[in-house]
Amino acid sequence: MAESNAGGVGIDPMHQFEIRRYVELDFLGVDVSFTNSSLWMVIAVALITAFTTLSMSGRALVPGRWQSAAEMTYEFVASMVRDNVGTDGMRYFPFIFTTFMFVLFCNMLGMIPYSFTVTSHIIVTFAMAVLIFLGVTIIGFITHGLGFFKFFVPPGIPAVLLPLLVVIEIISYLTRPISLSVRLFANMLAGHTMLKVFAGFVVLMGIWGVLPLVFMVALTGLEILIAFLQAYVFAILTCIYLNDALHMHH
Amino acid sequence: MPQMVFEDFVPQVIWLVFAFTFLYVVMSRVALPRIAGVIEERRDKIADDLDRAAEFKKEAEQALAAYKEALADARNRALAIAAKNREEVKAETEKLRADSNAKIADMMHDAEQRIEQTKEAALVNVRDVAADVASAVVEKLLGQSVGKETVDAVVDAQLRRSQS
Repeated sequence: MAESNAGGVGIDPMHQFEIRRYVELDFLGVDVSFTNSSLWMVIAVALITAFTTLSMSGRALVPGRWQSAAEMTYEFVASMVRDNVGTDGMRYFPFIFTTFMFVLFCNMLGMIPYSFTVTSHIIVTFAMAVLIFLGVTIIGFITHGLGFFKFFVPPGIPAVLLPLLVVIEIISYLTRPISLSVRLFANMLAGHTMLKVFAGFVVLMGIWGVLPLVFMVALTGLEILIAFLQAYVFAILTCIYLNDALHMHH
Repeated sequence: MPQMVFEDFVPQVIWLVFAFTFLYVVMSRVALPRIAGVIEERRDKIADDLDRAAEFKKEAEQALAAYKEALADARNRALAIAAKNREEVKAETEKLRADSNAKIADMMHDAEQRIEQTKEAALVNVRDVAADVASAVVEKLLGQSVGKETVDAVVDAQLRRSQS
């Protein structure tokens, strides 16, 4: 699509989502090329690792700024898991923490101009959602055995409605990975596309481009909020699914 | 739409698996235990410090109680000493007064005795003088001397009469 706009006045808002292969790699016939997506994943991982390990290298009793920030992040996610899953959910705390931090950093890094938003691709968010969905389902069956099927049978329902409701419950359960992944992907896609469209207006409107520019500044603030909020929503939904698997209450 | 380019799916998922797995291992093995350790350490330290503070407070309270006790003790002892001194001084004063009274009584007794003696001596002298005067008067009136014994007897009788 980028080529079609090369000579035109319009700026292709989807151009920013294109995957570019920096290093073409092939491992046993599988395409493992290092792309711009890979690059920003690696940057996110490196930054998270630096943030959570270098800041704690002092192991200070009275924390400095970075250590404080790392500890606050830890406590934030820990209390999220404790409040939504309970103390027995703390076994899965490292996973929730990793998920939250990865999504948060990918979203936030996407706000940097000329960067790439890893989470704006449905395949990435869907892969994570499927991992969570499968993991939670397996945990459910390990914890409750075949009794986990009772999760699809709402209590206190007339027998006539039961078959219908069980079907609805199963469908709603199966759509969880789709809703989880599409929510994050669509938010990122929409936000970045809108920013790009308004950026195009700034160029097109000449002196009056100040107006969409002002709007863009406000929108950038909103997008940063959404970047955090979607990471939070992603993590808290993971907690809720995990809680369903561990405790099976509606 | 770049999101729907299927040949881009595989490298993205592969690198997601790499990145996420690496991050998970680093977080669960290194970063999170370290943060948890530091937070735990701090919590322990604060609890320890609070315990120690409570201990110190108890010690201070004990010291205060001991001090108050010592103070009360000292006050009681001081009161006892003061009372004892007062008793002693009183007793001494009493003794001194008794001694003085006794001495004064003695002296008064002596004085009275001396007065009595003086009086007696004076009385004797008065009798002698009276006898002399009487004999002299009688001699002048009668022109002759009366026997000394007679004069004495009369004077004595007269003195006795006047005294009684």
